Amino acid sequence: MVNRVVTGAHYGLRDWLAQRVTAAVMAVYVLALAVYLLMQPGFGYDTWVYLFSGNVMRTFSMLFLLSLFYHAWIGVRDIVMDYVKPAGIRLLIHVLVILALILYVIWSVQILWGL
Amino acid sequence: MNKTRPKHLALHLIKLPLSGYVSILHRLSGAMLFIALPLLLLLLDQSLRSIETYTNLNDNLANPLLKLLLLGLLWAFLHHFCAGLRYLVIDLHLLPSLSAARASSKWVLAVSLSLTVLLGVKLW
Repeated sequence: MVNRVVTGAHYGLRDWLAQRVTAAVMAVYVLALAVYLLMQPGFGYDTWVYLFSGNVMRTFSMLFLLSLFYHAWIGVRDIVMDYVKPAGIRLLIHVLVILALILYVIWSVQILWGL
Repeated sequence: MNKTRPKHLALHLIKLPLSGYVSILHRLSGAMLFIALPLLLLLLDQSLRSIETYTNLNDNLANPLLKLLLLGLLWAFLHHFCAGLRYLVIDLHLLPSLSAARASSKWVLAVSLSLTVLLGVKLW
């Protein structure tokens, strides 16, 4: 029996897939929102707030934003890995990006649920 | 056989195919959108918070500089969206030939640019 140990951190394929799944989620959300907004005869504050008043819309908007932040993390991480060579600076940027994205998650909840 | 090392690529002499530029712009637009995230979340926040903040936001959006910035972000989003769709299509092996792949990168540039103009005109 061959017990082959593959080296690596194994996050490559998972992130590759996550990037595409989150992209598909965002694409569906954006297209649905665009079609809905284009079909509105008049647009104003009332239409906008009414749209975001239901829990279903809030939930799917949160799903969209979480997908966006995860997608952004993978993309930014790839860009930083490609162009920032000094390990210390690279680590610092990664930490800052992660912290910023976590703050955006908290902010998104506050925006959508009006906290 | 004395090759000079290290080799430095003369970036200004390299002629990329169109899909290469689409790829670079995909990265660039993604980075732009990431940097603009706090601004975009702020816009969403202000548009939903109250009628006062909504009206205030509407007034602020009359600023031509802000309009230009948002138009740039609109392009970044549309390019990222179209180029991303192209990558999904390529991943599904739906673009079998080199010529089809090249033609699709032309479409990405054309569709995202014309949608930017169209939506830009419609929104302002």
